[in-house]
Amino acid sequence: MDFNLTEDRQMLADSLNRYLGDKYPVEHRNAVAYDLPCHDDGKWAELAELGALFALSPESAGGFGGTGFDIAVVFEALGRTLCPEPMLGAAMAARILTALEQDQEALLSGATKYAVALAEVDAPYDLQAMECSAVAQGDGHALTGRKTSVYGGQVADVFLVAAMLNGAPALFSVQAAAAQVVGYPMMDGAGAAELLLDGTPAQLLAADAGAIIADAVNAGIVALCAEAVGVMDVVHATTVDYLKTRKQFGVPIGKFQVLQHRAVDMLTEIEQARSITIKAASELGGPDAGRFASMAKNMIGRAGRLVAEEAIQMHGGIAMTWEYPVSHYAKRLIMLDAQLGDTDYHLSRVMADLAA
Amino acid sequence: MDLSFSENDIAFRDEVRSYLADNLPTAMTEAVRKGGELTKEMMEEWHAILQRKGWLATIWPKEYGGPGWTPVQRHIFEEECCRAYAPRIVPFGLNMLGPVLIEFGTQAQKEYYLPRILSGEDWWCQGYSEPGAGSDLASLKTRAVRDGDHWVINGQKTWTTLGQHADKIFCLCRTDPEAKQQQGISFILVDMNTPGIEVRPIRLIEGGHEVNEVFFTDVRVPAENLVGEENKGWTIAKFLLTHERTGIAGVGFSMQSLEEVKALARKIRRGGKRLIDDPLFAARIAQAEVDLEAMKITNLRMLFKAQQQGAPGPETSILKIKGTVIHQELKDLARRALGPVAAPFPGYLAEGNIMFGPDGTEHNAARYFNNRKTSIFGGSNEIQRNILSKAALEL
Ligand SMILES: Cc1cc2nc3c(=O)[nH]c(=O)nc-3n(C[C@H](O)[C@H](O)[C@H](O)COP(=O)(O)OP(=O)(O)OC[C@H]3O[C@@H](n4cnc5c(N)ncnc54)[C@H](O)[C@@H]3O)c2cc1C
Repeated sequence: MDFNLTEDRQMLADSLNRYLGDKYPVEHRNAVAYDLPCHDDGKWAELAELGALFALSPESAGGFGGTGFDIAVVFEALGRTLCPEPMLGAAMAARILTALEQDQEALLSGATKYAVALAEVDAPYDLQAMECSAVAQGDGHALTGRKTSVYGGQVADVFLVAAMLNGAPALFSVQAAAAQVVGYPMMDGAGAAELLLDGTPAQLLAADAGAIIADAVNAGIVALCAEAVGVMDVVHATTVDYLKTRKQFGVPIGKFQVLQHRAVDMLTEIEQARSITIKAASELGGPDAGRFASMAKNMIGRAGRLVAEEAIQMHGGIAMTWEYPVSHYAKRLIMLDAQLGDTDYHLSRVMADLAA
Repeated sequence: MDLSFSENDIAFRDEVRSYLADNLPTAMTEAVRKGGELTKEMMEEWHAILQRKGWLATIWPKEYGGPGWTPVQRHIFEEECCRAYAPRIVPFGLNMLGPVLIEFGTQAQKEYYLPRILSGEDWWCQGYSEPGAGSDLASLKTRAVRDGDHWVINGQKTWTTLGQHADKIFCLCRTDPEAKQQQGISFILVDMNTPGIEVRPIRLIEGGHEVNEVFFTDVRVPAENLVGEENKGWTIAKFLLTHERTGIAGVGFSMQSLEEVKALARKIRRGGKRLIDDPLFAARIAQAEVDLEAMKITNLRMLFKAQQQGAPGPETSILKIKGTVIHQELKDLARRALGPVAAPFPGYLAEGNIMFGPDGTEHNAARYFNNRKTSIFGGSNEIQRNILSKAALEL
């Protein structure tokens, strides 16, 4: 047993934390976030140079990582600084291209940005119910339907799109230039897009792609959970620090036992969240990956809400302001729940296992 | 025991209902439903509509222009306003300063200020909190020094709600720095147009502008703007706190939010089913509904007690604690129901010209974040617990 990171992963974590801390501090982050394109091209290229993207794929596919732990290392670092760059789409797309043994050099170098379009307005989490569909057209296919909340879609060059083909979910690639892309900043500052497809030309990557999509979602969940752990660590440290320095009634408010206990409850939930995230990362790619991804996302949803709400409450008014970074961290934690399945959706998947 | 309203109360409720139906403009209810910020003009227009009927200053005695309602009538009125999606009353002049002047003001102050509150001529804001004085309000530092016929004020207030619209601000200022904290504070009325006042906006978590910082540099205020006795401002501050407590449970707003969440869950489809048919989500709504039903009665029990005993007791803190938690939970559900569709930053939606959630849900996530304030201001929920454990439980 060894819960330490390998030397390589520790080095990657250190260099990403250092880079993001220096080059993507919260002032810069807030200048990039909340306004299109919610993306800094220069910083994106530098992150790629540091290996943030190469870490997402195995050596066989041209990267140097690709396991759940590699993904977690990258996203935990992104979470610590609330980096809004479109990394989730890259992680999920890398997973898909690896499974399909497709070339992904342009993805890993950062030259081409990918977004993965799964959710629909009436089927945000459960893809069985998606309505976006494909028909054969000439050499390729044509897609029709609307994909919602495509994270990173506002700057994507290529979309990997899930659509129904002959009654089964299939995966296609769509060039951004060929589709109608409506980008927008989100509540938590990062960007997304609605992808409006209307007989849009697409290239079939895989028919009957249910398993590949599920694996990409599991990888995305590991990424989101690790990101949330990074966010929560910072929120908790900031809150504890504030409890020590903010004085009311002549003493630091951290002297009030009720706040002490609640800071400890936050810590307890964060440690639990970290543990289930490690578990989900370790299972990624294996037969139980979906089950543990669901457990992790459920736990993160609950812990994230507690940590966000308690951090604001224990700070008082200051954390209600745009100027104080905790507010942005809290928004990220809360909004993250609705990505790739929320607390209830993933609990229902764990419940389904009970009946099996 | 009888939980029903009296015949008089029911007749009153019907009267309120029909007045609202006839006089509340649709543009206003639409704006309230959408959940965005209301304009100053809208708030002023709503005040004027109520004042025409004599229903604006609901907690003032009749001789000063109040309607002379019982606490139960006031409760009915608030509930009906929520049902009808009326805007909220801006409380600073009407529910805070008004009662203070009626209790502590000089004849001249009453005659000058009270009619101006009713007519909407003066928009007041509340200058209590400071950067260093939040929960521990009595540690406030803004200084007022007597200089002939004037007070000279220096210092800073913060969190001043809607101060950007205000004509006047009532301030707690330190007038005796030597005295024990609570005993050196005075309650002073200040015109926002006085030289030396600067208002700076504070942007809130969801991006909105409803609070401000107010800076005072050698601000000269006529001596007669002192309310009550010099150095007795804390008595007034405490008196005002009890008035801040009317409608503290926010039952009407929670009922409004519950109906919205139910309607939303019936409309939203997830994987071919209505969201309300998802047992996990339905359980969340049902749980909130149970809590709210209990809170309605807890609220009425405390109203009844206040009506019998004349004044609300410390146990009204229960209403603040539980009332805000229930309302916040409902705002969480309204955001949760939309899932990723709640994510777009409000304001950008119109540009893409495509719909996300059902009509009027664009601000659901923003409202959830904004409403975290309710357990912080007006005495945080921790401070309410301190009050309860000391005053009610004598611990
Ligand atoms: C949106 C908004 C609008 C507001 N509008 C106004 C306004 O118009 N006018 C005005 O004057 N003020 C206003 N306020 C200020 C509000 O009253 C203060 O935020 C509130 O009193 C809390 O003070 P604080 O924010 O400084 O937090 P602090 O007092 O620093 O408290 C920080 C944390 O410590 C806890 N705490 C403090 N003391 C104790 C204790 N003894 N035991 C246990 N826990 C404790 C608090 O509960 C909180 O969780 C507003 C605030 C907000 C957020």
